[in-house]
Amino acid sequence: MSTRRRVGVLALQGDFREHLAALRATEVEGVPVRLATDLENVDALILPGGESTTMARLMEPALRDSIQRRVAAGMPVMGTCAGMILMARDVTDGRVDQEPLQLMDIGVRRNAYGRQIDSFEAEVESHAIGGVGPAVFIRAPQLVQHGDSVEELARHGDQVVAVRQGNRLALAFHPELTPDRRWHQYFLTFNGEKR
Amino acid sequence: MAEGTPPLNDRRGTWKVKAGLAEMLKGGVIMDVVTAEQAKIAEDAGAVAVMALERVPADIRREGGVARMSDPGLITAIIDAVTIPVMAKCRIGHFVEAQILESLGVDYIDESEVLTPADEEHHINKHPFKVPFVCGCRDLGEALRRITEGAAMIRTKGEAGTGNVVEAVRHMRAVTGGIRKLHGMGPEELVVEAKRIGAPSDLLEETARLGRLPVVNFAAGGIATPADAALMMQLGCDGIFVGSGIFKAENPSARAKAIVAATTYFDRPDILADASKSLGKAMRGLEIGTIPQEELLASRGW
Repeated sequence: MSTRRRVGVLALQGDFREHLAALRATEVEGVPVRLATDLENVDALILPGGESTTMARLMEPALRDSIQRRVAAGMPVMGTCAGMILMARDVTDGRVDQEPLQLMDIGVRRNAYGRQIDSFEAEVESHAIGGVGPAVFIRAPQLVQHGDSVEELARHGDQVVAVRQGNRLALAFHPELTPDRRWHQYFLTFNGEKR
Repeated sequence: MAEGTPPLNDRRGTWKVKAGLAEMLKGGVIMDVVTAEQAKIAEDAGAVAVMALERVPADIRREGGVARMSDPGLITAIIDAVTIPVMAKCRIGHFVEAQILESLGVDYIDESEVLTPADEEHHINKHPFKVPFVCGCRDLGEALRRITEGAAMIRTKGEAGTGNVVEAVRHMRAVTGGIRKLHGMGPEELVVEAKRIGAPSDLLEETARLGRLPVVNFAAGGIATPADAALMMQLGCDGIFVGSGIFKAENPSARAKAIVAATTYFDRPDILADASKSLGKAMRGLEIGTIPQEELLASRGW
């Protein structure tokens, strides 16, 4: 049996293929997660980009519960764009029935930069990746508030675009759409729960 | 770079940003809607985007006449009604309709054979636009011609408004078969193949290297059931467009939810069986052979 760490990627909808490809460039094994049973065999989880309303609708209650329980026990989790929205405690400008997973003490606003023509590429600097890296913002969310235990990792203009709270990492942009793997490498340094 | 406040050298409307939105739609269902109420039903059901239209393809087919871009008032009402991306169609070659749609804040433009073509020789040069475009294709050559014109997303055409999946299958197999054929070809053979199928050789080389199209490819045209959606996913598409199949069915909301589930769990027959239960009647559908040749939509565009 392989002792390689297994990192799940929520594969209900969105750019999970790009995250799985990004993980192939690292020492861990990427595993698609669609059902609660898929989560049992992973040590960490990535929530990809996509449509947060669609992912929330497709997530079976057992998977939702299991993600919340595992993350509370310390399983590392990273969310990019829609993944960040899913991780939030509060969502502004979402749908009234949109219940995020509430994995992190952050509040976000959906599609905060405007419509698709306002989507953009930029560079983002952070100590987490040891310098400046490319970032793709597509109909991206913005952080509107966060708790005291949340660390700001990167800013773009006047916006906080990367935050960490313990084993939880949320990015407003898509590192997986670039060839730069430093955000994934950074996430893989997080220690998992004791199992 | 000043600490905390990097200069805002943001680059909008780049290829990465255009093709990137299509990446985010993958594994999802894009639904045709003709009112704000339908758009909300689609969003509730888990659609990743809606296509704002005045008439669904089945009605365009039945009523005939020239089919054009929808009323901007209707498109704006749909944009205001939902939080998911909104797409809209312009006629093939009608770059002014495209300019208008871009100014409305539409998130993706479909240069579509479902509307009556405005130019019989030229598709729109899509590169100068900041808004991304999706275009239809029937085979690999047509897909790569559209990409070279600037399409950041492709969909196989199928035969819209029929509720009959046979043409969607034909076109998806033509694309994937065309790609499989490239495997093992040397550079000189790829040049000949590019010429044969009327594709730019650089894009064909990239396709050969990737083993798939360089952009996201959805299936469209005739998908009416959860099984149809899963069939197209198993044939290798990245996601599904459903036009008339939802709102021409007996219970649009239940059918929409079922097609969304089928697109995610496309390789799980047990879940598909469950999703397909008690959906009411599907749209009636048309046998392709009964449609006069000149009324086939897929043959529009080249």
